[in-house]
Amino acid sequence: MRDTSVVLSGLRLDNPVIPASGTFGYGADFREFYDINCLGSFSFKGTTKEPRFGNPTPRIAECESGLINAVGLQNPGIDAVIGEELPRLKEFFHKPVIANISGFSIDEYRYCCERIDREEQVGIIEVNVSCPNVRHGGMSFGTSPEAAAEVTRAVKEVTTKPVYIKLSPNVTDIVAIAKACEEAGADGLCLINTLLGMRIDTVRRRAVIANKMGGFSGDAVFPVAVRMVYQVSKACSVPVIGCGGVSSARDVIEMMMTGATAVEVGTANLRNPYACKEIVETLPVEMERLGIEKLSDIIGIVE
Amino acid sequence: MYKKGIYEIVSNRPLTDSVWQMVLAGDTQYLTAPGQFVNIAIEGCYLRRPISVCDYNENSITLIYKVVGRGTEIMSRMQAGEKLDVLTGLGNGFSLSAATERPLLVGGGVGVPPLYNLARKLKAAGKRVQVVLGFNRADEIFYADEFEALGVEVHIATVDGSVGVKGFVTDAMKALEFDYIYTCGPLPMLKAIYNASECDGEFSFEERMGCGFGACMGCSCQTTKGSKRICKEGPVLKRDEIIF
Repeated sequence: MRDTSVVLSGLRLDNPVIPASGTFGYGADFREFYDINCLGSFSFKGTTKEPRFGNPTPRIAECESGLINAVGLQNPGIDAVIGEELPRLKEFFHKPVIANISGFSIDEYRYCCERIDREEQVGIIEVNVSCPNVRHGGMSFGTSPEAAAEVTRAVKEVTTKPVYIKLSPNVTDIVAIAKACEEAGADGLCLINTLLGMRIDTVRRRAVIANKMGGFSGDAVFPVAVRMVYQVSKACSVPVIGCGGVSSARDVIEMMMTGATAVEVGTANLRNPYACKEIVETLPVEMERLGIEKLSDIIGIVE
Repeated sequence: MYKKGIYEIVSNRPLTDSVWQMVLAGDTQYLTAPGQFVNIAIEGCYLRRPISVCDYNENSITLIYKVVGRGTEIMSRMQAGEKLDVLTGLGNGFSLSAATERPLLVGGGVGVPPLYNLARKLKAAGKRVQVVLGFNRADEIFYADEFEALGVEVHIATVDGSVGVKGFVTDAMKALEFDYIYTCGPLPMLKAIYNASECDGEFSFEERMGCGFGACMGCSCQTTKGSKRICKEGPVLKRDEIIF
């Protein structure tokens, strides 16, 4: 029996496969396809203090080997997540879940993390710093080392759960931001979020997406994610969750050899709802092919 | 409940210059209501293509689609015998139990197909079914004969007046008596029907989708009962849920 388990900040996962936030809702939609207890964990939909409808439609633009989305953090708000989604999840998912938290101010991050800190099923808090920072002129918290560190410190003050900061790739120097988060007390990092992109409808002569620009994700971004996971994991000592364009067990292993302790699978779930289940099932086969006995042995093995 | 399965193409043929009919053989147990859709994986396209179900029985599904882009263009070149990866049983579909004695079904263009299975089932339930089908021109008309063959009352509207009532479906509706509406078609048509009618009904909406099964939140819309995903809590909305 090959050992696929990994440990994130003391939390043992049966395998490193984690559906990424925004592609898996709060779990219930995938329960209709398969028993999601086969997963390592999953990161639930980015949650804010207030309910949000998000951006106008169309919100999706197909691309070569990927898609652009501008959903705009649609979610039912922290009260409904704690009052309805988590109690429902408990009935069919018996593992710790990763809580993805978003905010438009430091206070909002702090408020949501303080609330979610009391939820037993939450194993890790994943803080999404890609939303626009209203106080800093709309630039996202994740694009400045100072702002990212400020969010990290604020959140760490209100929770004893491990805090992972989910980093944006739309920056000049992701290592500087990663290090700032680590120094501010982050227990881990997750990268990458989507790359800013845009498509044009050439018949209508306008952007495909109502919001014009959106986040590009899918198979095409995998090499960018691998590069950034490599840079960050070499520069930081906290665990890294690799994310971006992962769609196969082979990708999971590549991401781990690069430096990731666990791996999030996002957009692949949207074209194949069984993507994560298939990856979990294929991992031991792929480990055998590559002569890997224990998956955690290969973390960051690439020099 | 829905499921991914492999389906074999039984036939794939054009009905007009741009509208095609594809018949698939395979498991149909997850289709539970008229007006649901399937989501087809297409080699060379990142996302699946959502196509409404025109009709189905125990082991086959009839789809009618319009060639509008790369994905449907590839579909139109597929041959009988080829296999497709399809998610079935998606969306809520029309409610048969809501129908009164004289339902009116109104379809515009590629909004016509999902009404076929509905018409067949309403007819079988003993309802007096009237159908209005709207097209731009005579050469764009499809499935009028198939609806006739069900024994339902068929009215055609064409924008250029080449067949039936000249004008829009709402012009053909003026002479009819009905007490419930089922409709599917382009957004301006749905809005016109909403404004031109007072009786209760169900409207099937279209929106650009990512996944087609509720995960990506790409196709959300605002309703009187909160936000709904067109792919999951839709595509059919009840009249009192709609905000135009």
